[in-house]
Amino acid sequence: MGAKLSCMEQQELIPHLFRTEYRKVVSVLCKRFGFAEIEVAEDIASETFITAAQTWGIKGIPPNPIAWLYNVAKNKAKNYLHRELLFDGKVAAEIRNNLAEDYELEIDLSPQNINDSQLQMMFVICHPSIAPEAQVGLSLRILCGFGIDEIAEAFLSNKETINKRLFRAKEKLREGNIKIELPTLAEIDERLDVVLTTIYLLFNEGYYSVNKSQTIRKDLCLEAMRLCYMLIENKNTNKPHVNALMALMCFHTSRFEARIGINGEHILYEEQDISLWNADLISKGGYFLNCAAIGDRLTKYHLEATIAFWSTQQADTNEKWENVLQLYNRLLQIEYSPVAALNRTFAFSKAIGKDEAIIVAEKLNLIDNQFYFTLLGELYTGINKVKAKLNFEKALFIAKNQPDKQSIQKKIDHL
Amino acid sequence: MDEFILIFRHQDGSKIASPEQMQTWMKQTMDWIGGIASQNKYIGGNGLPLDNARVVRHNKIVTNGPFGEIKETLGGYIIVKAESIDEAVEFAKDCPILQGEGNTVEVRKIAKGDGTH
Repeated sequence: MGAKLSCMEQQELIPHLFRTEYRKVVSVLCKRFGFAEIEVAEDIASETFITAAQTWGIKGIPPNPIAWLYNVAKNKAKNYLHRELLFDGKVAAEIRNNLAEDYELEIDLSPQNINDSQLQMMFVICHPSIAPEAQVGLSLRILCGFGIDEIAEAFLSNKETINKRLFRAKEKLREGNIKIELPTLAEIDERLDVVLTTIYLLFNEGYYSVNKSQTIRKDLCLEAMRLCYMLIENKNTNKPHVNALMALMCFHTSRFEARIGINGEHILYEEQDISLWNADLISKGGYFLNCAAIGDRLTKYHLEATIAFWSTQQADTNEKWENVLQLYNRLLQIEYSPVAALNRTFAFSKAIGKDEAIIVAEKLNLIDNQFYFTLLGELYTGINKVKAKLNFEKALFIAKNQPDKQSIQKKIDHL
Repeated sequence: MDEFILIFRHQDGSKIASPEQMQTWMKQTMDWIGGIASQNKYIGGNGLPLDNARVVRHNKIVTNGPFGEIKETLGGYIIVKAESIDEAVEFAKDCPILQGEGNTVEVRKIAKGDGTH
């Protein structure tokens, strides 16, 4: 950790620590205090970071910033517990002494307790009594240390709406008296699906978002992987589809460095510098995909992970595209998405031919999707120049960000 | 948007196809269904294996079947979403089983269960 921190830009240290440590402090404190006092836990964690920013600004960054944060958080938590005790004592003076003796003030920030608390917290936040968007919102806030404005941005919403949504979700969990613990073995499968969806959304937020800095986005991807790995490490949650999701994220992240150019532009798969692909992550992905290949449940994570595996195979073989096509055929039957429909059509053109793919593509009718028209443009390229240009121009009209516009313009120029 | 069932009928279900032929049909069927699913119009479906089938008749008489007496056999079905019967028919036209002469795809609207059909 030390080496990683020392080479990081100083001004990114606190945001980075916030994303990795905030949730640990909140989870441990919240488990200690009970979910009813989640806001207290959040406040103590936030205050810890404010104290850090002030102190480090004056005295410099301590040799072990994480230990420093834990220490401060611990002291703030103890003070809080102490104040509570005093208050209780005034109300019920006769039990005050007993309480003070029995009440363990120690805050356990050991790696084991941090891991357990986070895992349990994940299940609390992804509780079925609150709506999926609230689950994701709370996860972003508590498990990933996102600011309210960042969450608003991720949901294309505003701060007030998000604040209200998170507040209501917390109220609901409080009212339901949700315990911070792992679900029973009977419940775990159903509950796990929601947790995986949240991790998946979190990862996508990092992998596909165009508005965030490269560092933040990579942190998000790594955080999602870390959360998923916690599930793999626990024998009750180490299920085949959890491994499939992990494999998917490893394969995708292996191309993280290769897919963004120096100017922040998106580099297409075929144009990526393969030497920038991370071989270690590719082999880890292979390992988790093997672990996923047991049981009788074929989930979308299995299919997407296998597709992602084929993406790490650079050879442009018919075998590859035929496999990818069939995987997308299955995936679309489980869950439709415009992205999957477009990728399926691309694989179709590679496996079967452009002429046939044009017929299929024209039926998709995704008329507000820039990538749809980019794909049509690509398919018509070399077959019908007028239609290729027309489609690229439609894509250009819809495209919002500059790098995308430039890459479409390049395609028009090359016609 | 309504739901329609596309029912595949084979002229002669007992006809033996070569493994290579079966492989080709299977792939064509997967691509056909994938195409419908990529338009977000696929709901579900199943193949109905011909072996070990039974027909239960009046007076609870059970026979092996349905071969022997009737030529046509039900091979499977899919359910799709479509704006109209015509759109559902367009899906059916691309069904690979129609490559076999005499095979048919019957397109039927599924009752909504709200009394309106």
